[in-house]
Amino acid sequence: MPDHPTETASGAAAEPAAVLLDALRYRWPGADCDCLNIATLRIAAGERVFLRGPSGSGKTTLLSLVGGVILPQAGVVRIAGQSLAALSAGARDRFRADHVGFVFQLFNLLPYLSARDNILLACRFSPQRRARIAVAGSTPEAEATRLAERLDLGAALLDRPAAALSVGQQQRVAAARALIGRPGLVVADEPTSALDAERQQAFIDLLLDECAAAGAALLFVSHDQRLAGHFDRVLDLATIHRATGSMQAPA
Amino acid sequence: MSPVFTLSLHSIANRRLSVLLTVIAVALSVALLLGVERLRNDAKAGFAQTLSGTDLVVGARSGPVQLLLYAVFHLGSATNNMSWASIEHLAALPQVQWLVPISLGDSHRGHRVVGSTADFFAHYRHGDRRPLRFAQGRPFEDKPAEAAGIFEVVLGAEVAARFGYALGQRIVLSHGSLGGEGGPRFADHADKPFTVVGILARSGTPVDRALLVSLEGIEAIHVDWHGGAPIPGLRIAPEHVRKFDLQPKSVTAALVGLKSRTAVFRVQRQINTYPDEALTAILPGATLQALWSLVGIAEKALLAVSALVVAVGLAGMVAVVVASLGERRRELAILRALGARPRQVFALLAVESLLLALAGIALGLVLLYGAGAAFAPWLSSAHGLQLSLGWPGVGEWRLLGAVLAVSLLASLVPALRAYRYSLADGMTIRV
Ligand SMILES: Nc1ncnc2c1ncn2[C@@H]1O[C@H](COP(=O)(O)OP(=O)(O)OP(=O)(O)O)[C@@H](O)[C@H]1O
Ligand SMILES: [Mg+2]
Repeated sequence: MPDHPTETASGAAAEPAAVLLDALRYRWPGADCDCLNIATLRIAAGERVFLRGPSGSGKTTLLSLVGGVILPQAGVVRIAGQSLAALSAGARDRFRADHVGFVFQLFNLLPYLSARDNILLACRFSPQRRARIAVAGSTPEAEATRLAERLDLGAALLDRPAAALSVGQQQRVAAARALIGRPGLVVADEPTSALDAERQQAFIDLLLDECAAAGAALLFVSHDQRLAGHFDRVLDLATIHRATGSMQAPA
Repeated sequence: MSPVFTLSLHSIANRRLSVLLTVIAVALSVALLLGVERLRNDAKAGFAQTLSGTDLVVGARSGPVQLLLYAVFHLGSATNNMSWASIEHLAALPQVQWLVPISLGDSHRGHRVVGSTADFFAHYRHGDRRPLRFAQGRPFEDKPAEAAGIFEVVLGAEVAARFGYALGQRIVLSHGSLGGEGGPRFADHADKPFTVVGILARSGTPVDRALLVSLEGIEAIHVDWHGGAPIPGLRIAPEHVRKFDLQPKSVTAALVGLKSRTAVFRVQRQINTYPDEALTAILPGATLQALWSLVGIAEKALLAVSALVVAVGLAGMVAVVVASLGERRRELAILRALGARPRQVFALLAVESLLLALAGIALGLVLLYGAGAAFAPWLSSAHGLQLSLGWPGVGEWRLLGAVLAVSLLASLVPALRAYRYSLADGMTIRV
């Protein structure tokens, strides 16, 4: 990416950063101050980052920006080297479908679809995910079953309507959906806050393992510092927000 | 589009009950609208064919609608009669194939008595040129030789049903239309009762409500009358009326059939300019249509009301979909996160309401034809209304198209709302 100094400085020209934010400012319509003001933030390909920040600090907003659902008033968002602002709205939606998997705090699934169909939904909106599965010599259905198995979801569970699953099972289905078709980036927005402490750690470990296996970078957002254990790096939104210097907080 | 369509189907299946109720509401309103439209058309067609096969209706000079009202519907009365000489003149015209004179003036318990010839039964046609059918008995005797044959009456279906008359029953006619239950007794022709010899099947025409006797019968009950009242001191027994000349001097109107329809306007002009008597000839079909446009206002109001019912049904449908939107906001955010475009979210909701509307319309058609098949025999026998069960006509297709267009517009309401949500919410999942 010759137009971007950070990219060349990092020397990772072979594989662009999974996420790159630069001089980013975002303000919600009608708000009277910036919700986010980030000088720079870089997540390398395959890197697993824990981003913490208090409630209302703009974590979810940051994820919306990373997904290209909203656009910043100033600055650049690059995902896998692609500037989101350079894409048309439709292309941005397609890009998100192809390259980013999301896991939310709660209610990740469409209640009227089976767990399996919820996982496959990610492929429905993304030709690239389907293509990557095909290149690997598999089918979306087989891939959904394989991922579910790795996430401890039996085949019998997969045919149940999503509404009939426990919260923990739902979160694992959501993780499978985020991971299917190997997107370069998985973004998780407090996916464990509805789980008890024991299952929180188990879920995070599963997610970390699967992202590593799929080669996906993981941006994990939470306000709970205690979960930061196995991540490559821990970031505090408070320190990168309006920060002028380096945001490379120590792990 | 295809993931959106399957999602719509699943989402609809997930809300079966409210969806089913909505569809039923739309279906009922659509069935009502189309049913009214169809009844309207059939009633109009039936009305326009109250009298078919008759080329001209002739009476004394009057307005066409007035002539039609008294000659065909037996409503109101003629200002003047037409002379028998004119009847004979018309019957002798080379273009005229047949002529049935009609004499009105008497009644029975509120029903009009129609004096005519037995040809009436041969030439009176309604609907698709269907003749009058006898449910029981036979026509009254034509040109009766015996005194008994003069006093024969054929009843319309409604008259027989209303009073429970059977063949052989003897009934008394009253002079003028004021006779009957509340009317003055002096007006009864009590001395010359008539015997029921025939009862007609229901035809859905004014004949159902009439009693038919021979012209001679009408003359016979009036031989001892003058100027609308019995001649004081004069009493002529029924068995003696034969001695009098029962040839009518005048009648009220005449139904005329021509040898060729192409001559109809020429003959009409000829009659209207007949120098010996001021006459009016009308084409019954055209005048019936003119009359319908008078009475058709009510029927248009009915259609307007049922259109409003459809609007209410569709508004209910929009309300159900919009209400579901609140709880589905998180669903829309999930779809956005998965890469659904705002316009796909829009399509999801639009397709959903459109599917509901289509299901409602289809079910409405099923209801319409089901109810039509179930009620057509009853409508025909009880009201003489021929309900057609064919494919929807042009008017009905137009209505269906309008319903579809309105539901398309209605489906935009939830779709636009969802579109706005999906742009404003970002990735925030609102619960
Ligand atoms: N769709 C929106 N429209 C307007 N303002 C919003 C919207 N979403 C978030 N905000 C505002 O932006 C700020 C940051 O919200 P955000 O949801 O990003 O916080 P968060 O860090 O994710 O909090 P939490 O930990 O509670 O999820 C808040 O002040 C919030 O009111
Ligand atoms: Mg949040």
